[in-house]
Formats: sequence, structure tokens, C-alpha cells
Amino acid sequence: MTPFSYRRPASSMDASALAALKGHKLLGGGTNLVDLMRKGVEHPTTLVDVTALSSEIIEMEGGGLLIGAAARNSAVAAHPLVRAHYPMLSRAILAGASAQIRNMATVAGNLLQRTRCAYFNDPAASRCNKRQPGSGCDALEGFNRYHAILGGSPGCIATHPSDMCVALMALDAQIHLAGSAGTRIVPLADFYRLPGDSPHLETTMEIGELITAVEIPASAMGQRSAYRKVRDRASYAFALVSVAAGVSMQDGTIEDIRLAFGGIAPRPWRALQAEAALRGGPATPEAMAAAMDAELAVARPAAGNAFKVELLKRTTAAVLLELTGDRS
Amino acid sequence: MSRMQNVVIDSVKTVLGWVPERWLPGGTPDPLIMRRGAVGRQVSRLDGPIKVGGQARFAAEVAMENMCYASLLHSPITRGRMRHLDTSAAEAAPGVILVMTHRNMPRLDIIPLVSVTNLGAVGASALPIMQDTEIRYNGQVVALVLAETQEQADHAASLIQIDYETAGARTHFEAAKATARTPASVLIEKNHTVVGNAEYELAQSPFQVDNIYRTPGHNHNAIELHAVTVAWDGDTLEVHDASQMISGSAAALAKLFGLKKEQVRVLSPFVGGGFGGKGMWDHQVVAVAAARIAGRPVRLVLSRDGVYRIVGGRTPTEQRVALAADAGGNLTALIHTGHSVMPPYSACPEQYTLTGRALYRSKSYAFVQHHLDLDIVPNTYMRAPGESVGTFALESAIDELAHEMGIDPIELRLRNEPETHPLSGTPFSQRALVQAYREGAERFGWARRQATPGTQRDGEWLIGMGCATGSFPYARMPGASASIRLTREGRAIVSCSAQDMGMGTSTVQIQHAADRLGLPMEAIVFEMGDSALPTTPMAGGSSQTVSIAAAIAAAAEKLSGELLRLAGNSSPLAGLRAGEVRMIDQKLVSIEDPSRTESFQQILARASRDEISVSAAGSAPLEMLKFAMHSLSANFCEVRVSEVTGEVRVSRMLGSFDCGAILNPKTATSQFKGGMIMGIGLALTEETLFDERSGRIMNATLADYHIPSHLDVPDIDVMWTGVPDPRSPLGARGIGEIGITGVAAAIANAVFNATGRRVRDLPITLDKLL
Repeated sequence: MTPFSYRRPASSMDASALAALKGHKLLGGGTNLVDLMRKGVEHPTTLVDVTALSSEIIEMEGGGLLIGAAARNSAVAAHPLVRAHYPMLSRAILAGASAQIRNMATVAGNLLQRTRCAYFNDPAASRCNKRQPGSGCDALEGFNRYHAILGGSPGCIATHPSDMCVALMALDAQIHLAGSAGTRIVPLADFYRLPGDSPHLETTMEIGELITAVEIPASAMGQRSAYRKVRDRASYAFALVSVAAGVSMQDGTIEDIRLAFGGIAPRPWRALQAEAALRGGPATPEAMAAAMDAELAVARPAAGNAFKVELLKRTTAAVLLELTGDRS
Repeated sequence: MSRMQNVVIDSVKTVLGWVPERWLPGGTPDPLIMRRGAVGRQVSRLDGPIKVGGQARFAAEVAMENMCYASLLHSPITRGRMRHLDTSAAEAAPGVILVMTHRNMPRLDIIPLVSVTNLGAVGASALPIMQDTEIRYNGQVVALVLAETQEQADHAASLIQIDYETAGARTHFEAAKATARTPASVLIEKNHTVVGNAEYELAQSPFQVDNIYRTPGHNHNAIELHAVTVAWDGDTLEVHDASQMISGSAAALAKLFGLKKEQVRVLSPFVGGGFGGKGMWDHQVVAVAAARIAGRPVRLVLSRDGVYRIVGGRTPTEQRVALAADAGGNLTALIHTGHSVMPPYSACPEQYTLTGRALYRSKSYAFVQHHLDLDIVPNTYMRAPGESVGTFALESAIDELAHEMGIDPIELRLRNEPETHPLSGTPFSQRALVQAYREGAERFGWARRQATPGTQRDGEWLIGMGCATGSFPYARMPGASASIRLTREGRAIVSCSAQDMGMGTSTVQIQHAADRLGLPMEAIVFEMGDSALPTTPMAGGSSQTVSIAAAIAAAAEKLSGELLRLAGNSSPLAGLRAGEVRMIDQKLVSIEDPSRTESFQQILARASRDEISVSAAGSAPLEMLKFAMHSLSANFCEVRVSEVTGEVRVSRMLGSFDCGAILNPKTATSQFKGGMIMGIGLALTEETLFDERSGRIMNATLADYHIPSHLDVPDIDVMWTGVPDPRSPLGARGIGEIGITGVAAAIANAVFNATGRRVRDLPITLDKLL
């Protein structure tokens, strides 16, 4: 690990000013960044600890939640309002990592965590376009079981590993940012970039910006919702595929639907095509299969993860059938 | 591994065949089998409180004055050489004391490999350690940095610049088959072994199965990282190691550094898990060398990544098992052959064909193992090397044959239960596998199993049951010795260099010594974990408990003789010899006439002695050659397989064991359960991701290498026959490795019963069931 200095600013303005400096990195719980420093993937000269900034979880006027950037993952999952109005989010968070890691990890840190691609994590011996632009990608023909089937590029097929963000994507979360030019709000759907030919650029944040809060709008879909994660062991493993879904039903048809996937794309994947195909129609296995075929028509699996296309179709159908089934 | 070895072993077995049983060790059963006091009791590990209280000092926690910290740099390439090496930036970094590379590493010999023909040897690798510019495998240690803090050492190591010239490496399993080697022997067994014409019988028989089974590489993941704290004092060396081979390590280090054995002391009183991986690797050697050059004590703790780089794991295997049976379900052919990786500088042959040689009666047999030579960190022993993966193939095949024939798989096994060792005709010392199956099946509820696959479900979850036999050979190592010091106050200090990696070695030997010496457990002190104590062999091959027990028994016999000599002619015991007395209730008692007795205290007091000391070595373990001796198990499990996702969850497990007498039900249960949990990992989750393009392991972390998590482990039920083995000390056989054997097959067989899908390559991940 390269030696570094440590700062703990008292305000988001101070943090923003520090974040703009060369070699400075924002530190949340450190559950990913410190690992990356140990592995030699990240070499910050200064860590700017932002865990003293807002960690409040408050209910907004007219419904909806505002979650402070430094709120711990465990605190969000256990919060009564989250559990009551957005159970999908609680379940997604609790499906991730381990209890110890969730106790440390922050909401903003979860959003900004890096991929767990083995080649990205191996600067000593492996090529990675995300880590070192233009160096090549060893995952394309290597171990790519955990890699993307949607949204990847010829230069990078790494996945965003979060569970929490999949639920946030389904819940239409908004990201509150602060920087030298002031504050702004970005829909989570516009927050992440796809790799294209610049996989090292992962978000639309500007230099010197930091996340101050995550806003979740009020939604009827939050309650009739589910998060299902499929993985290689029963706990403490990243998703092969995960499905966040919320529906509202009207007279046996799907009135509205939110559908997002994890483990299959460089960012939490909002399934807009599948949603559109299902909205206003019957909740039948045939309709679900057709919707997923539409969503996955452009899937480009690699040798090690071709099974995920079928796995995702099946998992989504099972989740939707359970949500839309008769609840009497 | 030579042809000569086969000849020698065969000759000894032949000679032993003519020797009357009663002349051999185990010829008359150990009297303690019938006279258990402390032995057999449920005793918690005596070192438990100091471990959970944090007072036990492990190798990485031993404090030393003026100590410095080591960090290792590993090669990122697999084959080639260092063309250019620049250590100047590292040397100039803050806190750096020494940068050691092949340039300033002392010139050292190669450490002899562990083997069954050189029992003092401990080497896990026969490659030179930091002696030249050549790179022989990915992860090889190329430099060591010593600094005032661990962080300074780690940082400085990252500043070393090396320009590598890469050469072609052998990294492809499939391609290496073209140049596979076929050794003459596998451990002490002849490798290529044929009885009858198995291929002919296979073709002629009405029922047959013939398939290829694959198991992946596995890596060691003991909770305690490999670590040493090393100090030189002039020409004497003290090494605090995490070791399962203490005496041998001391001897090897002495030889390597040109010292007398007395000048080297290796201490390892506590070890946080061994499983075959805590042997002699490169890190101990470079730490000792660096401490000598720096003139300061050194601590070296491998990173988790470092353990994957320089401590070998279990080889991948590709096994063919073919079975044939007549209409009555009698086996007519049993063929078990295959390929695994074992470069010439590795010690472990992964003896996966040994199980089939002793488990079933068959009209014909054929066994042979081929070794592939790849450029890898030397593969090594991992819990039940051979049997763990061999029983997956063999016991899956038995299940397949049973299904093919429409016979219950337990019934098929029982029909082929042998009377004597099926290849040699040697008598079994004790074997109650049939009882283990009957009792296990009853308790597990095997009768509720549906023979037709895919017929039981709970919502989306398909439910199935499976069973499989586990087997592990008995071993008692020669060369174990122990000393006993008995004081007039009635305390006994029992000493030997034994290893305890958490299994309960000291607890069980205190129980044993209490019964052997006729003392309460509280009166026994067991000194161990120190090469300065009488030598015992490594803790390996599930052999340590009986090896030490035989040494303590020999020392106790000698102690009886010494006490009788001291007792003299005025004692009621006058005229008796050691074999004619027992030690009971702090007294020597005549076996024939229990009224002739005198207490230890009376004898010592009359002789004006404060204490008496003896030491002795255990008898040669000839029982291993005279009898066929195996620990056995009947594994049962129930799995749930999601029809949607293919996820497999083990919902129930039962292990029914036949391992001779159980000495401590509590520690034994932990051993069995631990092995079975490792078996879940073998079946469902564990796999080393070895990138064949580069020769590099790509999942060298506990996040990416999946051992079972708590949620993967159901409540595990354990039972045993408890029938004592009349040929072994205390009637016991090994229990450390049997737990993992057979488990993977039981799970695979249960998955088949649940789904109708037969998975023959491990781990059984969900994609294989979609």
C-alpha cells in the first residue's frame, strides 16, 4: 500500500474542495477502497473521510425518503420507513456482502464501488482497460462468469456488483450531488456510464463532486415488490443475476411495473423494454417470456456466462409470478 | 515412488504373513480398550478458554525485542527469468532494513520432499528458494523486504522493479496428457494394479457404467495465515511457526543452515488450522535467512493472496470409473484410472484410486494413475488427499450402477461387501460398514427416499436423498517417542513434540495418559508443540493420535518397570515384571493378584526420590501391513434444488462412522462435522480459478474462492459404531480426514435423486442444472 494522508472535512463544501485535488479520494466505509489500495489498484495520496457528513434518513414532504450519503448500509436496511415503504430495498441490502461489511459500508460508497472483475483486481499480472485504458481486457476470453451480458463493450464486460443499487434503480432513485459549481440532482438511471471505449469512466460525476444524499420518491410500487438474488453460495457472494421488481395490479392486469437487474451489466440494469411490454397487459408466463425476450434480444454473453440469459429469464418470471399472483 | 519400494513393501508384507499375530503390535488388544475412564468421555478442549480469551499466542503474535517485519514480492509471470532487477527505490524507502533477493540470499540446498520412504523429510517443494534468476511458477517468491513496520515493508516491496523475460510455460491440463508420467507406486501401494481382465468383464457383463469424473483444483484456506516469528541468538535459531510438522521442520532448517539439530528450536503450540497445508514452504526459509542477514528477529505473515501464491493446493483430477455387475448385482469389474497434476518437485500424488482397491469385492480390477507436469506452485496434501476426490468418482459410479439396475444403492454396496481385503486377502482388523449403513439409514429416514428421480418437491424446490461410502486408511507413523516424568506428589508431565492444529490433540492425550498412568486428568500436564521435546512425527494422514498413544503406552510400560525396580524386594510387588502390573488409582497393581499393590508415592518416598523420568519410542507399526485397516463412513444427505435457478441447498446431512473406538465424543464430532462441511465445499462451491492462458490463480481471496458460508451448512448429524479396533492403540483409528470422504458423492447422488440430472464435474454449480 502506498503511504497516504488522511483528512476529515466538516462540511460537504470542504469535502468537495478536497475531492477536486489531485490524488485525493473520498473515503466512506472503506470496504472496497481500502482493499483496492492494498491490491495496488488505487494509489490515493490523501483519503478524504466523508463519514462525518450527513447520515440521516428523513421522510420528505409528500412522501419519499432522503438518505444521507454517509448512512451505513445496515442502518438503511433496518430503518422502519425503508422496511415499511420500500421492503425491496431492505432485502437487496441484506442480500449483499456480510453483516460486518454492511455495518461499515455507506450508501454513497455502495454506489461508487468498483467492479470485482478478477483481472481488474490484479494489477501485478493482468490486463484491464478499466484500470489502465488501452491495455486490453483479460476477462473477454478468461473467467467471465460474473461478467456482463448486457451493456458491455469489446473493451470491458465488467459488472457493477451492488445489490442496493439494483433496488434503487427500480425505485427511480435520484442522486444529490454537490460540487464547486453548486448542487444538482441526477436520476440514478443517468448516473452511470456504459463502458464503450472508455471503461475507466464509470459515472457522470464531475471532478470535485460528491454524493450528499440519495432520494427515493414515493411510489405505490415499493410495497408490492421483491428482490431475488441468485448466487454461487447461500450468502456472501456476488449476484450471478438479481431481480428487483415492483408491480401494481388492476383487475388482473399489470397497471404499472418497475424491473431492474443486477449482476448482468456494467450498471444496475433498468429493464425498460420489458416494463413497457408488460405494462397494461396480463401477468401470464407467456407475456413475461415475451417481455424478457425483448429485453435480452441484444444480450451478448461470453463463454463463461451464457447461462445467465436463461437464468435471468427464469428468475424474473418466478419473481413476477409470485408478485402478481393471487394474494387472497 | 520407485519399483524398489514396491519390492520392499511386498517382501515385508510376505514375511509378516508368516509371523503369528500375537507377536505383533496389536497382537493382543490394548488393555485400555476394556478399561476406559477418562478416555471416551465428552471433554471440552482444554485449550479452549485461553484461545477464546485471547491468551494463546500464535506464531504471528509472539513478541520479540527489536523485531522487524517482512513482506514478500511474488512473480507475476509463470516461466522465464528476471532480466533486470532494481531494488534501489525499495532500499531507499522509509524504514527499510534489508531487501533480499537471489543476489544476497545465502546459497542453500533443496529441502528433501515429504514422502512415505523418508519420514523425517518435510519439504512441500523441491525447488530452489531464491537462488537464481529463474522463474518456475506464477507467484514464486522473488524478493523479501524487511522494515520497521509491516506497512513500510509492504510499500517498499511494491517499489522493486523487475524486468522479466518470459518463456513458454506448461499450463494446460489437457495438453499435458501427451507427456503424462506413470509412477511405479502411489504412496506405499503399487500404482498400476490389475486383477483379471476388467475391460473384458466390462464388455461382457449385463450391467455397466463407464464415465469420466472431474474435480477442480482447490486451495488451502486455514483461518490462520501461514506465519513465522524467527530469532537468531548467535548460532542458535528459534522459530515460532504455524506447523503440523514440528520436529521435521527443525531438522530440515538445521540441515539447510548448517547447524546441529540441537541448535534449532521450532515451537508451534497453537495452530489455527492445518488441513495438510501447514508444512515447510518457502516463507520459513526466507524468514530465517533474512533474520540472519539483518541480525534482528523477523516476523513474516503471508497475506491471503500470498498463501495462494506459494502454498500449493489440491490438484485437479480427471478420473475414469467403470463398473460392471452381473444380474445379481455382484461386481464383475471395477476400473479406476485417471490424470492429476504432480510436477517432479511436488510431494503429493493425490492417491484417488486407493479407495477402490479396498472397498468392494469384484471379479476383476484395474487401477492406474497418471501424473501431469505443469508449471505450478507444487500441489500438496489437503484433507484426505486422494480419498476426498476419489470417493466422489467411485461412489457416484456405484450410485449410477444401482440406478441402472434398479437396486437400492445401499443394497448394491452391501451385496459387494468384502470378507477380506479384496486385492490381497489380508484380514480386516475390524470393519462394521454394514452396521454403519443400517444404523445411519434408520436414523436418517432413508426408507422415505423415492427411488425415481424428480418425484419429490416443495414448491419450486425439488428434493432428493443420496448416500455414499467414505473411506480413509489407518496409519500409525513409526518414530514417535514420548517422555513421562512422574512426581512424588502424583503429577505426571507427559512430553512430546506433537502438533495441535485445533483438533484436540493435547486434550485427548491427557485423557489417554490419565487412564494409562492411573491418574486423574487434572494431574497430567501435556507438553507439546516444541521440537526440543521427544520427537513425534507430523500431524498428517490421520495418524497422530495413535502414533503418540503408542509412544506414551511404551513410556508408561517403561515407567512401570522403573517403579518396580525402585520398589525393591520389600514391596508387595516384589518379583513382578512390567507386563504383570497395571497403573490404577495412583498405584501399581498386580494383574493376577490385585491385593499386591503399592502407590507411586510410597514407592518414590521409600526410594527417597522426588520424581522419576522415562522416555520411550512406540513400537513399529507393523499392524498396518499385517491387517487391512480403514476408517469408514456411510454418508447421507438430503438436498433441495431450485427448479427455477438450479441452486442447490443441502438441507440435511448425517455421517455414520466406523472408526474404531471414539476417544472423545466432543472433539470427534467436531472433526467429523468439519470434514463434512469441507465436503459440502468440495461438492458445491470450491474451485481454484487457474487461468490456463497465464498459469495464474485468479481467485486468491476469501471473497472469490467460495468455501461454504454458514447458510450453506445445515444441521449435521453424526453417529458412530464405536466398535474398537483390536489391532490399534486404544482401539482407535484416524478421524481427521474421513469426514470429507464420500460427502461430495452423497451430495451429487442426492442431486440426481432430486432432479434426474447427473453432474460429474465438480463443483455442482447452478448452471450445470439449468
